[in-house]
Amino acid sequence: MMSLTLRIWRQRDRTQKGKMVTYHVTDVSPDMSFLEMLDVLNEKLILDGDDPVAFDHDCREGICGSCGLMINGIAHGPEQATVCQLHMRSFKDGDVLDIEPWRSGGFPVVKDLAVDRSAFDRIISAGGFISVPTGTAPDAHAVPVPKKDADAAFDAATCIGCGACVAACPNGSAMLFTAAKVAHLGLLPQGQPERDARVLKMVGQQDAEDFGGCSNIGECSAVCPKGISMETISRLNHDLLGALRAGAVPTS
Amino acid sequence: MCEEAYRDPVATVTTQPGQRRAPKTGRFNNSVVKKTVMAVSGIIMILYLIAHMIGNLKAFQGPEKFNSYSGWIRTIGEPALPAQTTLWIIRLVLLAAVVLHFWAAISLWRQARRARPVPYATKKRVQQSFASRTVRWGGLILALFIIWHILDLTLGAVNPEGHDSTPYERLVASFSNIPVTAFYVVSMLLLGLHLRHGIFAATQTLGQTNKKRERAVNGLAYVIATVLTVGFLLVPLSVAFGLID
Repeated sequence: MMSLTLRIWRQRDRTQKGKMVTYHVTDVSPDMSFLEMLDVLNEKLILDGDDPVAFDHDCREGICGSCGLMINGIAHGPEQATVCQLHMRSFKDGDVLDIEPWRSGGFPVVKDLAVDRSAFDRIISAGGFISVPTGTAPDAHAVPVPKKDADAAFDAATCIGCGACVAACPNGSAMLFTAAKVAHLGLLPQGQPERDARVLKMVGQQDAEDFGGCSNIGECSAVCPKGISMETISRLNHDLLGALRAGAVPTS
Repeated sequence: MCEEAYRDPVATVTTQPGQRRAPKTGRFNNSVVKKTVMAVSGIIMILYLIAHMIGNLKAFQGPEKFNSYSGWIRTIGEPALPAQTTLWIIRLVLLAAVVLHFWAAISLWRQARRARPVPYATKKRVQQSFASRTVRWGGLILALFIIWHILDLTLGAVNPEGHDSTPYERLVASFSNIPVTAFYVVSMLLLGLHLRHGIFAATQTLGQTNKKRERAVNGLAYVIATVLTVGFLLVPLSVAFGLID
């Protein structure tokens, strides 16, 4: 069993100023996930009549993208996986851990460690879709997709929108997220009709949401729980310049 | 419990959906377009630096060759073109490249500052290199260096030999001074770091990198950065150590 000192960002709501508050947790099993450790802390806080620490979580199996914390200065902590897939065996007895929310102009803090990531939804609604007629689903093999493109599109499609890329980026840029969505759809035949408009609209919305610009540092890819590569950002840039050459007018 | 965060009788938070922000219109508000401006202007400056470095190395051939090379730059295209036409075209293109590079950098720097209004209490570096981290401040120091460099060796305004001297005399006079040579050496090392990150970033911004090319692009960035840095350092260090006088 381990004992830990936690310094956690507490912030009542969007309008209040927050601060780091120190807590101690004891009886932490190395087999607990990081979120289970926070659950233990919260149970104790509730029993003490204190307010539990708010943090986002849902599936707890690394696929929904809800959880995301800055642990000792690294997005999702020391393993390249979501916080729910991080286990306490990655830490040592007596460790002091700083736990902060994602810090971004585009992700205002809702409470404590929970941030509002609806900016990502707005980037998606700006162009992260394809227009298909409803009705009977077409045969899966009706439109052939080259294997190479299918693989690259799938690699990009593994993005769960957790926001770690934004949190880790020294510029607070959302480029890895936007690029993953642009590459995912732009590589597939079904994504072609809206390809030019998509990249311009999504980058335009991203710039409007108080995210920074990419300076190709690579922190995003290094903490991405899905290992999405910097190559996708190059692909976005390529698509955007292609759209401009084809005469499209940017909305941003 | 050490401290109490805050007391909340009922642990509820009302959340409102975030406001949709309208994107700005206009090509040059787009961050990727700004970065493209940065990449293209950077490539123009790199091409100039290669030519500049080759010209500098003429100092090893002695004063006559060096000064006549300097004179040749001012007479390219004569007699078809008036004196200094080519030189002024090069100067204006470079000035435009510097101004655009600077504009894009400042604009993106400001955007990055807005993007993180509250800093982290603890932030660790996972991937970033020293070169990528220092690219902005290094660029600012290089801008100051360029101003001083023109005042010193082109205009002679801050050169001990003054304006009425040959380029070779100004070169030797400038680098016989240890602090001046030291400033030059530091600036060239910063240039090397700036190029090492900049060449990779420009390739990425222009959409030309992928997983297969990543090693080649990084290798190219190292080679160009090293060749230019060493090439620019050879002449001043040779003057400082008395190999050229």
